[in-house]
Amino acid sequence: MNRTWNNKAWFMVLPVLALVAFSAVIPLMTVVNYSVQDTFGNNVFFWVGTEWFEEVLHSDRFWAAMGRNLAFSAIILAIEVPLGIFIALNMPRKGWGVPVCLVLMALPLLIPFNVVGTIWQVFGRIDIGLLGRGLYILGVDYNYVRDPVDAWVTIILMDVWHWTSLVVLLSYAGLVSIPDAYYQAARIDGASRWAVFRYIQLPKMNRVLLIAILLRFMDSFMIYTEPFVVTGGGPGNTTTFLSIDLVKLAIGEFNLGEAAAMSIIYFLVILAMSWVFYTVMTNYGTEKR
Amino acid sequence: MVARAREENVVLELRDVSKTVSGERHISDVSLKLEAGSLNVLLGPTLAGKTSLMRLMAGLDQPTAGTVHMDGADVTGVPVQKRSVAMVYQQFINYPSMSVYENIASPLRVAGRDRATIDREVKKAAELLRLEPFLDRLPLELSGGQQQRTALARAIVKNARLVLLDEPLANLDYKLREELRAELPRIFSESGAIFIYATTEPSEALLLGGKTATLSEGRVTQFGQTIEVFRNPLDLLTARTFSDPPLNTIEVRKDRDRFLLEGTTGLPVPAALSGLRDADYTLGFRPHHLSLAPRGQSSISLDARVTVTEVTGSESFVHLDYAGNQWVMLEEGVHRLSGGERIPVHLDTRHVLVFDKAGRSAAPDLAKAA
Repeated sequence: MNRTWNNKAWFMVLPVLALVAFSAVIPLMTVVNYSVQDTFGNNVFFWVGTEWFEEVLHSDRFWAAMGRNLAFSAIILAIEVPLGIFIALNMPRKGWGVPVCLVLMALPLLIPFNVVGTIWQVFGRIDIGLLGRGLYILGVDYNYVRDPVDAWVTIILMDVWHWTSLVVLLSYAGLVSIPDAYYQAARIDGASRWAVFRYIQLPKMNRVLLIAILLRFMDSFMIYTEPFVVTGGGPGNTTTFLSIDLVKLAIGEFNLGEAAAMSIIYFLVILAMSWVFYTVMTNYGTEKR
Repeated sequence: MVARAREENVVLELRDVSKTVSGERHISDVSLKLEAGSLNVLLGPTLAGKTSLMRLMAGLDQPTAGTVHMDGADVTGVPVQKRSVAMVYQQFINYPSMSVYENIASPLRVAGRDRATIDREVKKAAELLRLEPFLDRLPLELSGGQQQRTALARAIVKNARLVLLDEPLANLDYKLREELRAELPRIFSESGAIFIYATTEPSEALLLGGKTATLSEGRVTQFGQTIEVFRNPLDLLTARTFSDPPLNTIEVRKDRDRFLLEGTTGLPVPAALSGLRDADYTLGFRPHHLSLAPRGQSSISLDARVTVTEVTGSESFVHLDYAGNQWVMLEEGVHRLSGGERIPVHLDTRHVLVFDKAGRSAAPDLAKAA
């Protein structure tokens, strides 16, 4: 074998390598660096091994925030996925309604996160907000600043309003790709509406649904901006998610070592759960014999 | 022929059926009578209306005008699930998340049959279509041919009175197509159903036999025994539809004993056609009725120019230009004729079809004259 080595190729890759190093590898390594060291100031660091990790994993505060994250993701997936499929099923397939629906659906996705937070923060206020004031006038005792349940309801409603469209658009894309012959065949078989959904539409949508669920899980598990704007993590700590807690720890308390360890754990949890989701869902249906 | 007696009674009848979709005529005044236990081919090019017609027969669509009758009863407004219909499509349509077994069983489950019956019927259909080794698989884990067999098995177990096959073999590769086509009549022969098969390929219609209805732009141009329609097309449109490679044509004026054609010396009128009135005609003949060597007394010789030659394994398609008419000659064996070459070709006049100016066959007039 006579190979020609073209070393110029390496130079071509270099810019990308440098970019990735600066944007991802070096910051990540800095975090790793902080997570295994401690300091008493004066830029003097000393090795502490896994102490920070142990501290995080033994902290009730961390597990409480983790519990809130899991609950939040579970609730919004349970609402947004069925709701998104339901809306997609009822969207028109042809005619002038298609572009209208698509644009309406895409609108919430185009609004920046902190703006969404601000919209709902104002919307829910009991002194001036349309929702808050309206409920107050109707005699409903609603106050997201004081009541943890109201705070959760507000944040979940906000997320559903903001992100269901993503599930809708992906499901819709899956639905329109089903050839008409499938529906005809189902009609000839005398299949019920439910059977058409269960045995044709759902299996044909499962690829895009997998993507939708993955994206919604990862995004919801990393939620930060909207609850930060609306409730700031309160009342008390009831809406303090991992990301909010992390910022409090790192910037509020300047506890960089523990915050670094928590970041890494947080990152690994998301990675692991996404992997589990993906594996379970790709195997479902293909290996079922 | 035990089935003979049963074939006499008309089962599915279309009476002056038309279908207009947003101002566009998809089907125009189609009348057909189809018998139980018969094999009927719908032959026509893409967009001729084969699928539209099948949808009307099945009851998937309602006709704009006309009526559909089953056993003499008007079923025009009856929805498809209340009729006894099975359909197989060009695409391989199976329930993607169900195993092959469950797919075949699905029409029986909808019909509410008991477990033992379902199991027996599924096994029987699987055996007939040689699907036994794949019953536990999902459709997408099978080859195209096996997927289409699964769809066919679903149609069989349904035991429907009307079985519609819409170009079922078009998406299969050559070998599988040959294999399944040979099996299809056998598979459905026992059921006694009306069997309708849509295809774009004349050769497929001839191989299947039975009866053929030729379709062109939403009209049935002719309906009869397949071989009869092929040999004696009633008009030029039918002859063109039922010819692959395309029918060769030439427009001539008959003047006593010669067919006159500008730019040539014309051709002698064969004895069989001597009874024709003097008028303008279109002569049509199939590519295999042209040959390099004369075929006895009935052959006449023409001087044509070769434009291009396509050689397949054992046949040659020689494209010819004769006085501005583009023809194809199908000749056995490998002939490498180069473009531009002038050669004498021989036309077997026994097989020439004659059409009048309106495109109607002149054969009936000839028969009357004789």
